[in-house]
Amino acid sequence: MNRYVWILVGFAGLVALLAIGLGLNPRDVPSPLVGKPVPAFTLARLGEPEKTLSPQDMQGKVWLLNVWASWCVSCRQEHPILVEFSRKVDIPLIGLNYKEVRGDGGFDMSKMPADEEKKLAWQRANKWLAEHGDPYKLTVMDLDGRVGIDFGVYGVPETYVIDKAGVIRMKHTGPITPDVLGKKIMPLLAELNK
Amino acid sequence: MRSHFAPLGALVFGLFVMCTAAFASSSATEAALAADPVAEKRLLKLSEELRCLVCQNQNIADSNAELAQDLRREIRTMIGAGKSDKEIIDFMVVRYGDFVLYRPPVKGTTLLLWGGPVILLVFGIFILVRYQRRRAERVAAEDKPLSAEDARRAEALLKEADPQ
Repeated sequence: MNRYVWILVGFAGLVALLAIGLGLNPRDVPSPLVGKPVPAFTLARLGEPEKTLSPQDMQGKVWLLNVWASWCVSCRQEHPILVEFSRKVDIPLIGLNYKEVRGDGGFDMSKMPADEEKKLAWQRANKWLAEHGDPYKLTVMDLDGRVGIDFGVYGVPETYVIDKAGVIRMKHTGPITPDVLGKKIMPLLAELNK
Repeated sequence: MRSHFAPLGALVFGLFVMCTAAFASSSATEAALAADPVAEKRLLKLSEELRCLVCQNQNIADSNAELAQDLRREIRTMIGAGKSDKEIIDFMVVRYGDFVLYRPPVKGTTLLLWGGPVILLVFGIFILVRYQRRRAERVAAEDKPLSAEDARRAEALLKEADPQ
């Protein structure tokens, strides 16, 4: 009798272990960048292409970096939340447009000259923001995704919280939900802005 | 019955042709980029060690995801710049964490991962040895010589069954 109890306990343990394992989100990979200085970059702005932005320009401010693209379906899901956030909260939200043209998959990049890619990217990004609203203080353009690699971007949208000293304090992969914003991002922003 | 399978066969064949065609075209562009076979070999070896974060059960050598292509290009550039394998792996770990490594390093958080199989093996051996020992005891306890009474009965039964 005793033996069957043990088998049952072992089985229940296995079921519990599998249940926990299946409940975890495999996309929730801990970022090694949290606690590290924000990677350096200098990228052209969407609004004023002749001007650039670097993280140093944001020094002394708590800010958010949101990685997006017009081809990114989940970005559509989080966008209204960002628009509302920008209306209510006075914290600079910077957009990082990630591979606007290349990431789309609908273009043969080997046949597209750099100028044309640039023109198309600006056009598409502007159109998207005009349609869905522009929550960003400004957006910078990462055409080839090289800056994205430095940020460890692997699933757009991604959002980073950066403190006054230019250190990444949090990374969220995937669309921001009201829950994530209310329970994680807002308290962190309040704490960092103290 | 045969006609039933014909469309299926055609479909499988079609898929096969499509897959090989896709494979051929992607390897053609890759080949165009590959100039140095030694560097290409290193690229392949390195990208087999690295996990693609988009399709997490593939390495970046196998994956055709956009990011995997970008990372292969990045590795190729670094090889061209004379970076060592360790520098290239470190570049990836700094950005994507230990998760990109198919062989994660032994440290506090991965101790159970590395030690788990050993612990299970030791536990299994313990159970096996204990079972064998108990069984030997049980067999020894049952393996007594027949009592005089039982021997007489056995003799009688044998005679009855085979009365010459």
